[in-house]
Amino acid sequence: MRRLRGKLAPYLLSLPSWVYLLVFFLIPLCSMLGMALAVGNPLTGYILSDNFQEFVTAFNNYQDAFLRSFWYGTASTVITLAISYPVAYWIAFYGGRHKSTYLFLVMLPFFVSFVIRVLAWEFILSDQGFLLGPLKAIGLLPRSYHLLSTQWAVIGGLVYNSFAYYVLPLYVVLEKIDRRLVRAANDLYASPATAFMKIILPLSAPGVFAGFLLVFVTNVGDFVNAALLGGPGTYMIGNIIQDSFFESQDYPMAAALSSMLMLMLMIAILLYSKVFGAEAIQEYAA
Amino acid sequence: MNAAPSNRHNVRLERVTKQFGSWTAVDDISLTINGGEFFSLLGPSGCGKSTTLSMIGGFESPSCGAIYLGGEDVSRQPPYKRDVNTVFQSYALFPHLDIFENVAFGLRRKGLAKAEIEARVREMLALVDLAGFAKRKPGQLSGGQAQRVALARALVNKPKLLLLDEPLGALDLKLRKQMQIELKRIQNEIGITFLFVTHDQEEAMAMSDRLAVMSKGRIEQIGTPAEVYDHPATEFVASFLGASNLIPGTVVERGKETAVVRLEDGALIRLPVAALQTGDAEVKIGVRPEKFLVLAPGESEAPGWNVIEAVAGVSVYLGVSRQYMMESKTGRPLSVYAQNAGRMGDIAPGETVRLAWNPMHTFAVAANQTQPEGE
Ligand SMILES: Nc1ncnc2c1ncn2[C@@H]1O[C@H](COP(=O)(O)OP(=O)(O)OP(=O)(O)O)[C@@H](O)[C@H]1O
Ligand SMILES: [Mg+2]
Repeated sequence: MRRLRGKLAPYLLSLPSWVYLLVFFLIPLCSMLGMALAVGNPLTGYILSDNFQEFVTAFNNYQDAFLRSFWYGTASTVITLAISYPVAYWIAFYGGRHKSTYLFLVMLPFFVSFVIRVLAWEFILSDQGFLLGPLKAIGLLPRSYHLLSTQWAVIGGLVYNSFAYYVLPLYVVLEKIDRRLVRAANDLYASPATAFMKIILPLSAPGVFAGFLLVFVTNVGDFVNAALLGGPGTYMIGNIIQDSFFESQDYPMAAALSSMLMLMLMIAILLYSKVFGAEAIQEYAA
Repeated sequence: MNAAPSNRHNVRLERVTKQFGSWTAVDDISLTINGGEFFSLLGPSGCGKSTTLSMIGGFESPSCGAIYLGGEDVSRQPPYKRDVNTVFQSYALFPHLDIFENVAFGLRRKGLAKAEIEARVREMLALVDLAGFAKRKPGQLSGGQAQRVALARALVNKPKLLLLDEPLGALDLKLRKQMQIELKRIQNEIGITFLFVTHDQEEAMAMSDRLAVMSKGRIEQIGTPAEVYDHPATEFVASFLGASNLIPGTVVERGKETAVVRLEDGALIRLPVAALQTGDAEVKIGVRPEKFLVLAPGESEAPGWNVIEAVAGVSVYLGVSRQYMMESKTGRPLSVYAQNAGRMGDIAPGETVRLAWNPMHTFAVAANQTQPEGE
C-alpha cells in the first residue's frame, strides 16, 4: 500500500496541472479543431462535419500571409537575439551589485500596456515624427520616405516587444557561467574572442535555444504590431485570423487558420530542435 | 630539456603589491625563482598565495611592482600570451567539453596537428591515470579525478612555467603521495619551472627545492626546506613549519662563535651566534621538539649541550615517536618527541626530567610579535 502510494505520489502531486491542461488547453484545442471542420453560421449554429474544405481554402488564399508571418518571426527573433545577447552578457558579467536594477530597467517598458507601447512606436516612426522628421528636414532622407506600414516597422515592433523575453533566458544561463572558466581558457592560450566562442557561447546555448523558441512562437502568431505599425502589405496570419473572427465572423475559417498555424509552428520547432536543440542541450547537460 | 637552473626560464617579482579596494592581498613581495626550480609558496588560508599566482598567470595585474618572466617584463601582458599554465585551485574544467577536449584545449589553440594532439593528450591522460575517462564530462568525475584532469590540462602544454594552486588538495593520502612523486618526476624530466602553492607544510618541504613562507600578504622567509625549518626567521615561520618550542630570554654574551642567552628561570642556553638575527638583547630561543634528548635519571648530557628541566604531562604514541606535552619550571608548555628507539621506558605524567639538546639546534627569533621581513 505504502509502495503504491509512493509510486503514485508524483502523479497525484501533478494532478492539478493535468486538470488545468485538460480544461484550459486540451478541451479548447479540440473545440477549435472541431470548429475548423464545422459547417454553419453564427445565427443558426454549427454542426461538426468532415468538411476539410476550410483548410484547402485557407491554404490557397493565405499562403502569402503564412510565409510573411514566418519571415517576420524569423527575422525579428534573430535581430532580437543579436540585440539582447550583448545586453544580457553585459548585465551578467559586468552588472556587479546592480544586476537586478539593470534587469528591472529592461523589464520597465513592460509595465506599460502592450497596445500603448506599440502605439508609442507608431508615434516614433510616423512620417514627421521625431525620428524621421529631423532627418528629412536636414535632407538626409527624401520627403517621401516612410517607415510605417513597411515590413521593417513591423519587424522593429516585434523586436522591441520581445527584447525582454530574450534577455531574461540569456541572462539566466550567462549568469550561471563560472567566470573562472574564462580565466582557464585565457590561461590555455585562448584570446578573449576565442574564449567567448569556445566557452561562453556553447555554455549559453540553452538560453539562446529557449529564448529563440519563446520569441519565435510568440512573434509568428502576433497581429498587434502588424495592425498598428504595418499596412495592407504586411498582413500576418494573426491579422487574417483576427479578421475572420471579428470582421467576417467566419469562425470555421479562423479555426482552420489557427490549427494550420499551430501545426506549422510545431513542425518548425521540431526541425529546429533536431538541428540545434539536441546538440546544444546535450553539450551542457553532462 | 635541462633541469639545471637557467636564467631563461626564471621568474622574478619585484616589489609586487596587489590591492583589492582598500584591502592589501599581496604586500610588497620580491622573489626570484630560478629556471627549472621547484618552488613552493606556503602559508595559511587567505595569505595571498592564489593572488600571487593570479598575477604571475596574468589574471590580475599588480597594483605596484613588476613581474618578469625569463627577463621580460610581463606585468601588462595578457594571460593568453604568456607561456605559463595554471592548475587552478577550483579546477575550472570546461563543463561542456569531455575530458579529452579539456586536456586538448591548449594544444588546439596552439594549432598543433591533430595526430600530435591525440598522442600527447592520450599520453598525459595515461600519466594521471585517467586513460579510460577520455569521453567523460567533468561533471561525471570525482574531486580527485577532476583535479588530475586540471593537472593534465596544464601539463600537456609543457609551458616554461607551471603554476599549481593546491593541485593535490582533493586527493586521498595514497594518491597524493603518488602524485607528488609523479610531479617531481615530470618536473625533472621536462625541466619546467614549478611554482607550487600549498598550505601543507609537509608537502612543501618534501617537494620543493626552495620555498617561501607567506603570512598576511608578505613573505616571511625564503630558503631551502632545511634552511627554513632549521633556521626560521620569524616566530610565524617557526610555528607554521612544524612544531617548535619558543622560550623568551636575554642575550648575555656574544662570543665569536657562540652566544649565551639567559632564560627567565636563570638557565643559560648556548647557541651559535649566527642564529641571532639582530642585535636585540631580548629574543626568543627556539628548539624543535625532536631535537630534545630526554635524559635518563642520573644520565649526564653530552659535553657542551644545553639542558633544561621539565615536568612530563600527557603523551601520545605515534609509532615512530612518542609525543610528550611537558611544562618548563616556569610553566611554559613544551613539546617533546622521543624517538621510539628503545632508549628508555615511557615517562609517567608528573615525573621531572632533564631535556638536553645540541646548541647547534637552537634558533632565535625576535622577541616581539611576528615581525615580517621581505627578502
Ligand atoms: N577579487 C578579490 N576581491 C577582494 N578581495 C580578494 C579578491 N581576491 C582575493 N581577495 C582577498 O585577498 C586575500 C588573499 O586571497 P588569496 O586567494 O590569495 O588567498 P590564498 O592564500 O590563496 O588562500 P587559500 O589557501 O585559502 O586559497 C584574501 O583575504 C581574500 O579575501
Ligand atoms: Mg588560494
